[in-house]
Amino acid sequence: MTFGSLIATPSDLTDTASSKCAIVMMTRIRLARNLASHRFPGRASPDERAEIRAACQQTINNLPLMQPAYDLAISDLTELQKQILVERHLISRELSASPDGAAAMISNDHTCSVMINEEDHLRIQFLRAGFQLKKTWAAINAFDTAIEDTLEYAFSPTLGYLTACPTNVGTGLRASAMMHLPALVIGGHMEKVVRAVNQLGIVVRGQFGEGSDASGSIFQISNQTTLGESEEQIIKRLSAVLSSIVEHELNARARLIENDSSKLFDKIGRAYGILQNAHLLTSSEAMNLLSLVRLGIDLGIFPDSGRPLVDRLFIESQPGHIQNNAGQAQIEPALRDTLRAAQTRAAFADFAPPNFIPAIEEPPSEPDAAPSQN
Amino acid sequence: MANQLKCVSCGKPATVHFTQILNNKVHKVDLCEACAQEKGLTTLAGFELPLDLFPPKATSEPTAAAPESGLTLRCEKCGFTEADFKKTGRFGCPHCYETFKQMLGPMLDGMHKGTAHTGKVPRHAAARKEYHDRLSQLELTLASAIKDERYEDAARYRDEIAQVKQTYGKQEAAS
Repeated sequence: MTFGSLIATPSDLTDTASSKCAIVMMTRIRLARNLASHRFPGRASPDERAEIRAACQQTINNLPLMQPAYDLAISDLTELQKQILVERHLISRELSASPDGAAAMISNDHTCSVMINEEDHLRIQFLRAGFQLKKTWAAINAFDTAIEDTLEYAFSPTLGYLTACPTNVGTGLRASAMMHLPALVIGGHMEKVVRAVNQLGIVVRGQFGEGSDASGSIFQISNQTTLGESEEQIIKRLSAVLSSIVEHELNARARLIENDSSKLFDKIGRAYGILQNAHLLTSSEAMNLLSLVRLGIDLGIFPDSGRPLVDRLFIESQPGHIQNNAGQAQIEPALRDTLRAAQTRAAFADFAPPNFIPAIEEPPSEPDAAPSQN
Repeated sequence: MANQLKCVSCGKPATVHFTQILNNKVHKVDLCEACAQEKGLTTLAGFELPLDLFPPKATSEPTAAAPESGLTLRCEKCGFTEADFKKTGRFGCPHCYETFKQMLGPMLDGMHKGTAHTGKVPRHAAARKEYHDRLSQLELTLASAIKDERYEDAARYRDEIAQVKQTYGKQEAAS
């Protein structure tokens, strides 16, 4: 299966139209694993990395979920193709810059991506739309167990799964949620939230991980520690923090409507107008405007059916996607802004007009209550 | 004149002071502007202290690479040294965890919720280890029985070895 068909294949990851918890856009769990018999990728020779890749490939190709799968050698991809995979959260920036032997194996539906020879031999990642930590853990746990039937992992009874960096040792698990928190950002509460969750061993980053900005009010929130708790305990703790952040976001939205509805509706209405009519849009501006329309959808100002379109545009407004859709190897940033605006104009041409009677939002009854789309 | 704080990374005067509270422990790091930028601590996105900035605890045991000994601890499997670890913040191979055990203990204490793994254990690896241990033990017992000319016992041990191998083969096929 080729890279071209991967790009053309629609993914379920933006399917949050019927989600009961639209604030959590996506759930992701990754496991860091290493083979017992080899040096870690950073220390391994090119030949050893090739051996590691071959061993992992053979095992993963036999798993039902990966039949068929995209099997991509990073060295065979162009810079643009790697950028697109990063923008879709299918590979990390670190893998895209990794030397020979680095590879990504991605399931047909894009919900599973296995990075080979990144910081660790294997970085197994499962993605689900909405707030589905428990279901995602169940799926990745079964997948990991199936791999372990063939490959012998580096494991210590006292320290757990051994990883290249001691910050990942133990469970090797990083669970995260991508959250859309526009009201906390508009209200200026985000710094307080970050400080509070940091003290609970939870980390807040921008949408594309460490070093990325939080344009579009999208944050990646994940556990920081991996040793001393079981996987279930880590997930339960993160779940509780996420639920609490959802509650704070809903309260912040309610306060904005109660105290400053004209200002809020003005922001949402203007965002809709600009997206429908702009001829120049930077990536950052597009993200922030889409965020306001998404808030409008959550408040019932626009219909729920518009949410998947907005979520897709969050990804398709990224520089790599704009460039790929233009079909050119290199385009100037100014032209990218023109193309991005044309894309949003076309997408919003038939978008339902706003109805400024906001619905009262209810928090989800329990995490993972959203119906699975997978 | 007040003491000018120095960058923990390069020794230049420190202008960025980063504090993080984790597990009720305060970790403070002083850096110059250039190193802070390099470590990603100048933007609000970087909320984690990079591993190589963790100062060693005052109470920690001296490592085998203590200056007075003049010796450098080196992993026998991959040749990784403590200096390599301090430079990269990563180990070279799984065996490094054994080699640098003394240095690692206090570091993990400040880094994680606990220092012992309480999560998933790879079922298959545990079964494989149990099988190999059992087989090694039986083979030693068999060799000892042959040496002592206890041939009836030796025959029994051979049967037992065959049975263990067969059982493991069935488990392999079923998994």
